[in-house]
Amino acid sequence: MLRPDLAVIADHVSDGSRILDVGCGEGALLAALKNRPGMDLRGLELDAANVSTAVARGLSVVQGDADTDLGYYPDKSFDYAILSQTLQTTRRPDHVVGELLRIARQAFVSFPNFAHWRVRLSLTLGGRMPVTRLLPERWYDTPNIHHLTIDDFRALVKERGWTIDGQWFLNRGHATRHANANLFAEHAVFLLKR
Amino acid sequence: MDAHADIDDPRFGLDRRVRLQGPLRLDSGVSLTPVDFAYETYGALNADRSNAVLICHALTGDQYVASTHPITGKSGWWMRLVGEGKPVDPARHFIICVNVLGSCMGSSGPASIDAATRERWGMRFPVITIGDMVRAQAMLLDHLGIERLSAVIGGSMGGMQALTWPSLFPDRIGAAVVIAATARHSAQNIAFHEVGRQAIMADPRWRGGGYYMDNDSPSAGLAVARMAAHITYLSEAGLTEKFGRRLQGRDTKTFGFDADFQVESYLRHQGISFVERFDANSYLYITRAMDYFDLAEDHGGVLAHAFEACRARFCIISFDTDWLYPTVESRHIVHALNAAGKQASFVELSAPFGHDSFLLDVPEMNRIVDGFLKAGEG
Repeated sequence: MLRPDLAVIADHVSDGSRILDVGCGEGALLAALKNRPGMDLRGLELDAANVSTAVARGLSVVQGDADTDLGYYPDKSFDYAILSQTLQTTRRPDHVVGELLRIARQAFVSFPNFAHWRVRLSLTLGGRMPVTRLLPERWYDTPNIHHLTIDDFRALVKERGWTIDGQWFLNRGHATRHANANLFAEHAVFLLKR
Repeated sequence: MDAHADIDDPRFGLDRRVRLQGPLRLDSGVSLTPVDFAYETYGALNADRSNAVLICHALTGDQYVASTHPITGKSGWWMRLVGEGKPVDPARHFIICVNVLGSCMGSSGPASIDAATRERWGMRFPVITIGDMVRAQAMLLDHLGIERLSAVIGGSMGGMQALTWPSLFPDRIGAAVVIAATARHSAQNIAFHEVGRQAIMADPRWRGGGYYMDNDSPSAGLAVARMAAHITYLSEAGLTEKFGRRLQGRDTKTFGFDADFQVESYLRHQGISFVERFDANSYLYITRAMDYFDLAEDHGGVLAHAFEACRARFCIISFDTDWLYPTVESRHIVHALNAAGKQASFVELSAPFGHDSFLLDVPEMNRIVDGFLKAGEG
């Protein structure tokens, strides 16, 4: 079973695409796309054990860091760059998305929404940093060093003059409506272009 | 040749030798003719000759990758990777391993006879490069009727050859596995090699490389060269764990210069056993070839250009305790492959054995090479 945000992405990439999955983990999405016709698939992943598993599955995955290694890819060398649940772990999310849009014609970016009502409630009433299903780590051991909301992301896109070509919102793994997504969506997937 | 590889073909099997006329044009400008090759093959070439895998050996390695060494009696040096049920499997692959040009296990080198003078080459043997080793291998493959390699695989200097193959013969390579290697020898790499060479040449028995006539070789110098190099193949943590400051067969220090420490005794043993199987002049020539290695230099200083013409898939593996060819060197290769838009996989594995990790028990390495090769075999 593909993670819901990955399933959204898999449903919206066309066959015969050149794809770079940044922060690809064990390569779940790449493996799901592997048998589709004409795909040229690459991955970048920080964790060595994940890379080993991905390469052992026959995927082309390079161990590297989204913050420092994207600069080595030429301009427009991919049709899609994918950043799923990785944005909030990077040191400079704005630079990383900028790089994705340099090396690919379009970029899928998915992230957990820190403005979901359950998160808001947890912080407002509990007075503690929220620990949720999608954000299960505690404040001191979380790899998520840049929490963001859907509205934060939209503001960044607007400020940089990027274009939103598609947006999908998820709640409990299912598609949810656009209206008030910043309050009701646990998870967002954006398709951007420069 | 018949389309179906004949297992009775005398070109195939263990401990093969062949002399090819060439000439082999070397990077130095010299042409070498004839060229001798000592090699082994395992498994059978399939009907469309698409299953050939070339294994490239390291500095002091040889063609006995998966069979018993005739001098040491030890089993093949990469049987962890090559053999039945292993990632490189004779049941599925046609495996070739050739003694490199310049070596001393049967392929042309300074210890072999110069056909023109009927004397040993000695230091009149032309200086060679990693590229020359690869061109020599290609010459042998032509003789074996192998147009294209499914994969070329090597560790250390073998990795340098594996990396050079797709740049010299872009149409002949399906995949390259480059383990614990580098795209160029660093100043530190050259420096360590120079220590080894000076140890050999400082041995009075070296005599300008002309020691073959009375078989009295510079074994003391060669042993020191091996001892110095061997340290670079291990990790500090590995040495500490294996030997620490433990004394060798004694309870107290002797206040002398015997091998008081276990690590000294171990290194001396490494040196002494090495000279029985290796030629000092070959050591000079091969270390020189490695020092000259800088794949980018041949491509306008841009490593990515070396890979532009090829369509090979690459698998690059480094080890976290390897300080001879540290991970940064592998990353440098990977960045060039990314810049050239090539299909590349890369991982730094954790293993305690330093540079030698590629020869030792690292199950993760096997898992990766296995998956990588199978992905290319459809």
